[in-house]
Amino acid sequence: MQVFDLGSTGPISGLITAREAGLVACQRCGQVHKRDAVYCKRCEGALQSRDTESLQKVWAWLIAGMIAYIPANVYPMLLTSTLVERSESTIIGGVWELIHHGSIGIAIIVFVASVMIPMGKFVAIIYLAVTVQQRSGAHQHGRHKAYEIVEFIGRWSMIDVFVVAILSALVQLNTIATINPGIAAVSFALSVIFTMLSAQSFDARLIWDADRTAG
Amino acid sequence: MTSQPTAMARILSLALTAFIMMIAAVSFPFLTLDAGGLHNATSVIDAVLAFNDGLAIPLAVAVAFFIMVIPLIRLAALIYALGPLVREAPARPGARKAFGLAERLRPWSMAEIFIVGVTVALIKVAGLAAVTIGPAFWAFAGVVIITVLKDQLICRYSIWEALDQSAG
Repeated sequence: MQVFDLGSTGPISGLITAREAGLVACQRCGQVHKRDAVYCKRCEGALQSRDTESLQKVWAWLIAGMIAYIPANVYPMLLTSTLVERSESTIIGGVWELIHHGSIGIAIIVFVASVMIPMGKFVAIIYLAVTVQQRSGAHQHGRHKAYEIVEFIGRWSMIDVFVVAILSALVQLNTIATINPGIAAVSFALSVIFTMLSAQSFDARLIWDADRTAG
Repeated sequence: MTSQPTAMARILSLALTAFIMMIAAVSFPFLTLDAGGLHNATSVIDAVLAFNDGLAIPLAVAVAFFIMVIPLIRLAALIYALGPLVREAPARPGARKAFGLAERLRPWSMAEIFIVGVTVALIKVAGLAAVTIGPAFWAFAGVVIITVLKDQLICRYSIWEALDQSAG
């Protein structure tokens, strides 16, 4: 068997991938196997040296997530009715209301979680997928970090859905005031779930395949 | 560095604590609202049932999974997989599957996000009515903190190795 000098800290091009070494690592438990292994003998998960359909899945989930994000912003998130008025508020409307209440900090949390994180995720996933498709070798470390951030932060968008759930459960005072969830809550939750699945389908190892023969 | 059985014992005790507190968090009143002589007590389950009309029912199921079912499954799987390792006994059958499941469900367990959502909701209604925080709120906050501590302690590669050595 060949022996590789894994200790050398040369330029990135000097790195050896498991694939080149004729090995495949389990993504779940880290166990290393011979290239032709199909199942991990430790955790019984499926092994794949590279997920060849990764980008297809990423694009499919991403597009679904972006489509679901449109009604999430157009339709109301909350339906509020009090003695004197009935009102509907969208995501952005809710943020405005918080600013008028003077809760700037909370307004920022909601804005970041429901607008900046989803938008940032769409842009980041598109960037990652396009650069992998172009076999770009630039900023590999940066792109890998970007991927990790996207995977870590995506779930926090769910805040607004939980806010709606708690508000509509709590504020049920017959005629005085009631709050009910709007249809946007459903499409927003779907959008978050779809983009989480999109990020999970991305095979980060593809980032490092730029100048290699991937397949 | 702590020895492996000690670390395992810590993880296991934190997981057990979180499991018990989670059950308390689900069953006790979470928040109570008072306004104009009207009174409404809410539990975590009521928050899930808020999405109970028509198109939103799948969302109620999803929210139930995110904030209660998946955190409980993760804790149960972890307790099942690590229990025997603390006593340095052979792993239970399916221990690897259970630990793999707990790891895979990690991103979908959203208890900590729910607590932040509750805080935002509290500030939104603060002007409208008097809100009383119930015991379940503190239990839930406790679950979140303990889960964070527990996940910090878990080194998944050493647990896989320990499961390997105990040949389950």
